[in-house]
Order: sequence, then structure tokens, then C-alpha cells
Amino acid sequence: MAVKFDLNEREVWDGNYAASQALRQADVDVVVAYPITPSTPIVENYGSYVGNGYIDGEFVMVESEHAAMSGCIGASASGGRVSTATSSQGFALMAEVLYQASGMRLPIVLNVVNRALASPLNVRGDHADMYLGRDSGWIQLGAFNAQEAYDLALCAFKVAEDHAVRLPVMVHQDGFITSHTAQNVYPLTDEGAKAFVGEIVPVDDMLDFSRPVTYGAQTEEDWHFEHKAKQHKAIMDSRPVIDAVFAEFKELTGREYKRVESYNMEDADVAIVALGTTVETARVAAEELRAETGVKAGVVAIRCFRPFPYDEVREALKNTKCIAVTDRSSPGGAMGAFYNEVSAAMYTSQNRPLVTNFIYGLGGRDFSIEEAKRIYTEQQAHADAGHITTDIQQFSGLRGPKLGFFQTDRS
Amino acid sequence: MAITSIKNLKEFSTNNDRFEGAHTLCPGCAHSMIVRELMNCTNDNLVVSANTGCLEVSTAVYPFTSWDTSWIHIGFENAATAVTGAEVMHKVRKKKGTLKDNDAPVKFVAFGGDGSTFDIGFQWLSGAMERGHDFTYICLDNENYANTGGQRSSATPIGATTSTSVAGTHSYGKKEKKKDIVSIMAAHGAPYVAQLAPNKWKSMAKGFQKALETEGPCFINTVSPCCTEWKFDPKDTIGITDLSTDSLMFPIYEILDGHELNILYRPKNIITVEEYMSAQGRYKHLFKPQYRHIIEEVQKEVDNNWAMLQRREEARV
Repeated sequence: MAVKFDLNEREVWDGNYAASQALRQADVDVVVAYPITPSTPIVENYGSYVGNGYIDGEFVMVESEHAAMSGCIGASASGGRVSTATSSQGFALMAEVLYQASGMRLPIVLNVVNRALASPLNVRGDHADMYLGRDSGWIQLGAFNAQEAYDLALCAFKVAEDHAVRLPVMVHQDGFITSHTAQNVYPLTDEGAKAFVGEIVPVDDMLDFSRPVTYGAQTEEDWHFEHKAKQHKAIMDSRPVIDAVFAEFKELTGREYKRVESYNMEDADVAIVALGTTVETARVAAEELRAETGVKAGVVAIRCFRPFPYDEVREALKNTKCIAVTDRSSPGGAMGAFYNEVSAAMYTSQNRPLVTNFIYGLGGRDFSIEEAKRIYTEQQAHADAGHITTDIQQFSGLRGPKLGFFQTDRS
Repeated sequence: MAITSIKNLKEFSTNNDRFEGAHTLCPGCAHSMIVRELMNCTNDNLVVSANTGCLEVSTAVYPFTSWDTSWIHIGFENAATAVTGAEVMHKVRKKKGTLKDNDAPVKFVAFGGDGSTFDIGFQWLSGAMERGHDFTYICLDNENYANTGGQRSSATPIGATTSTSVAGTHSYGKKEKKKDIVSIMAAHGAPYVAQLAPNKWKSMAKGFQKALETEGPCFINTVSPCCTEWKFDPKDTIGITDLSTDSLMFPIYEILDGHELNILYRPKNIITVEEYMSAQGRYKHLFKPQYRHIIEEVQKEVDNNWAMLQRREEARV
């Protein structure tokens, strides 16, 4: 029986500590991990909870992130609750096995503390690792602060282990900005968290020898397509489950989460669409700009990056005139991936707003309120002109001369 | 629980196997003999993992499976990690009492070919051995990447021709010596390490039982002659295995606790390496005059190795 951990009604936690407390309260059976900045404290903390008897699970430090996820798969197929954490290069090394975890329909929860991908080597936060996981078949939830990193980690277990879903879930938070910034966090009681998350009921348990199971079979052109189609359907069908878990969490805590969240969008002419901590910066900028200049600015935040909420994005942005989609990842010869998704959603709307793309904040470059205001002002100018007056894709916050690509066809 | 008496051949042939005969391994492949023997040498529940390779692609092609026990395959490199993840979860669930049958003994076994064991999965295997999990890793060593058409691995012996170490007018085949995986595993301080062969099936079954009964990480390298890539008639698998053990190309021995070495088979009539090689197409080119020195070189190596093993056994080091 685990030793009682004393919690205050209000704690001062950073994102990493918040996530690790969620793992403790969810009574995670096995954490298999390899340390990497900035996510390391999450697994260090779990290890110290084990070392001090605050949890009855096992902590296994392996020799690489690939092995960490491999061990999580073996443990999860053995019927218990499993979680780990990683960032950046570690996430990239895990990539092969991420696909195996989702293909085997294993409810693993991975806390991803977003960080840039080398080269050049960089330990700061951007979304390159999160984008790398976008086709891996995992559900991807995004936290914008420490409280959300805690809340969403608890919700993640409930979503992943729901028998209608049975898919792994990533909970993302921004490296350093969230992971290492101490904020007020209101935790649930241990009993409350335990009751909310519930007990895992394993499906296809390798340790139930009355019913042997084969994991990781081979399929070629005869069956592979059907398996992948079924997996895609499962992640699409997770949408109502995520909504239901968020609704239950609101009942319990009063804290409301939606797959797409809107701020000041009721009458907005221009909008920033963002992921991660940028959402909070853009919200402040929109409020201030409305007071200062009267520009009707709003923010649309994506809480659930996969399955991508096309319908909700379209609904949230249906009355806007010009939208700036912000990508915190090097696009590698294309529009930002996030831009393409939001554009696809808006292309099927009655009112096709102008959509521009800002590449920003790579390698932890700060995204300021002033920068967000400048973007809003520029979107207002596009809206007034009735067309995009700059390059469609611009690099924002870059040193040196302006950098932009792709133009509107005005011929 | 271990089976107290090792089954005889007749009992083996009528046994209700947890590894079904219905699989797509090549006729004459030794893999299935080795795997069957492992699964028949214990009555305990088994969680089995496999690296990608011949065994894996031939035994779990949806919608069929040859495994009447818990089985998992993730990738080419991580069977050791997968099965040790299961082992850790078993420990936790046993402690918490959440298993369906909390008292039934369970054994954890990983299989890999030599490509996944000596090369691509080496780090994962080493990590699992170092962490001291209670599991047994069995390498099915056919000395090449047979599943992908016979490329060289670091288990391929010097002088063998493979599709990526091609013998010809300017090459005698693979230039490098075989990696000594048994010594490397023993150097991890593993409580039980052995090299075994399916022609000596009684000693193989005993070795398997010892590994399963020993607490901690155990490693066994098994010779698994590959008729397809070694190029011999599928009916000759055991005959070729006899030549491998009797020429001492594959000496049969165990190492306890990283140092205590016991030779498990001493051929009455030691045959030459040349006799072993002449029975396989992969060494055919070595019998050309310009490459014969390689046979002599290998013979010297084998002699030295055998002398070393005997000295170690005698000295108990």
C-alpha cells in the first residue's frame, strides 16, 4: 500500500512536476523511460515516488528512448497502466515504435515536452517533435500551461483506456515555457483523481493465459489496409469519448476543456490559430488590441491536434475575414503542416476567409505580445484589401531581412 | 515448473505443442526444432517475444498464428525489451494481485536471429541483460540475414559468401571473423550463458531448463543451420549440425555467473573444418587454390578456441 502524499488545495508546480503528479495519482503500474531535456523531471519524479513508497509501480530506466517505448509496449500488452515521457531527439528515436504502439491498440500515455529537432542541436521548445508524431496514430492533446499539463494527463488515461478507443495518447506541453515555469496548480485529491481515472480493464492481456494472444502479427496487401482503416476509424471515433471525458472533468473540477477553444471569436474579423503557450500570448494581444485600436481580434486554440477537429475549426472561424495560422516548426519546403490543415477546413466553408501562414518561435525564439499584435494588424490590412497583400507564408521574429514565400494568384 | 524428465522423441512427436507445426519456415529449417524444444521443456506459462526475422514472419501471418501462448513481436531490434516490459508488469500485477491467476509461474523468453541479436538489436539485448530482468534470450544463429535473402551479419564466419560479402575472382567472401556473442553475454555477468545445438537435443533441453529455472537474465546461442543460405539439402539439417558440433565450429558449452565454464559435448572423433565446409555451398569457393589458406586459417582459429575453452574449464575461470 502506497504511502500517503500530502497535497495542498493549491500547489506551485511547473509543467513537469504537474505531469508527474498525474502519473502518481493515476497509479501508473510501469514507467519505462530514458531521460531527455526538458522532459527528464517527469520520469525522475515518478522514480522518486517509487523510491519513497508513494506509488506501488515499477520504474525501469532503459538504454534509449526506442527501448523506453518498446518496454512500454511489452508492459501495456501485459494488461497494466503504462506511461512515460520524452522530448525532441528522444521522440524521434521512438518514432518507429510509436507506430507499433498505436497499431497494437495499446493505451499508453506519453507526456511529450515539446522541443526542437536538430540539427543544429537545440534544447528549447518548438513543435517539431509534435509534428513528427502527427501521422503515428496517437491521439495528441495539447496543454498550454502547468495546470492543463496535469489535467490533461489525467484525462488521457481515461480516453486511452476507454474500450471504444484503445489507442495511445500524447499529452504535449511546451519545453521550458510550460515544463519549467512554476505556476499555481489546483490538484485533485488522490481519492478524487483515482475515482475519475478509474481502474484499467485490460483487453487482450498477455498475462491471461486462459486466452493466448498474438501481438504484432504480419499482414501484407491482403489485410494491412483493413487494419489501418480500422485504426483510423478508431481515432476518429475517439472524438465523442474525448468530449465525454472533458465533460466529466468539468463536472468534477469546473475546469472546461474542448477540442477546439475560442477566445473573443463571437465578432472577430481577424484570428490567430495557435497551439501551445502561444495561445495565451495571442489571447493577451487580442484583448489589448481590441482596447487600443478596435481591431476585432480573436484566438482559436487547438486542444486536440489528433484527431484533427476540422468541423470545429470551421465552425469557430466561419465568420472571420482573415486568419493567421501559426506553425512553430520548420516547414521543410512547404506551407506549415498546421496551416494546411486549417486551410483544408476553411476551404469547405461557405465563407472562405483569407488564410496566411506564420513560421515562428523555432528553437525557443520568444513569441511576444507585440509580435502577435503586428500579425493581427497585418491580417486586418488583408481583410480591408480583400486579398493577401504580403507573401502567404512569412517567417516572423527572424533576424535579418524579411523572409516569405508563396503569393496569391491575382491574374 | 520444469518437466522433471526430458521427453523422448516419441513423446515429443505426440505432444500437444504450444508451438504449432503449421508455419511457413523453409523445409529443413532448424528454427522450429529449437523453438519446439524450448516450449516443451517447461509446463509453466510462457510469454514469448520475437525480433523481426525468419521465425517471426513465418509464425504469425494474420489471420493465423503458430503460437498457443502469449506472444509479441514489435520490431527488428527490441524483443528483449518487449518481453522484459512484460516481466516488469507481471511483477507489479502480482504484487497488486490483479492477475487472473496470481500464483501460476510464468517464464519470459525472447527469440532473435543472429542479425537482430549480434547487430541491430545488440544494444536492446545488452540493456535488458544489464538490468537483470528474469528472462531467457535465445538466439537462433544461422549466421546470416536469411529472412531478407542472405546478407552478411556479424555472426557470418570469415570466408562465407553472402549476398553482401560476395565471393568472386577478387574476394573470398566475408573478410571479418564472427563476433563472440557468448563471451560478450557472459561478460554482462549473466548467471547462465550457453551455446547449444539441436542435434544434441538432450543437452539443449537441459540447457533451456537451466536457463528458465535460473533467476535473472540468461542467454543461449543456438546453432540453426540454414539450408537455403548455407546451401545444403533440406533433409541434411541435423547431419550438418553434427558436422558443426563435431568440427568444433560450434562447441557446446555453458558459462555460469560470467566465469565458470563447462564443456557440454566432447566429440569422440573431431572432424576437420574442411569436412564441415565441404558440405555447404556457401564455402565452395574456398576450395579453389587461391582461397584454400582461409580454410587453414579457420582451422587454426577453431583449434585455438577449443584449447582455450578446455583450459578455462580446467581452471574454473
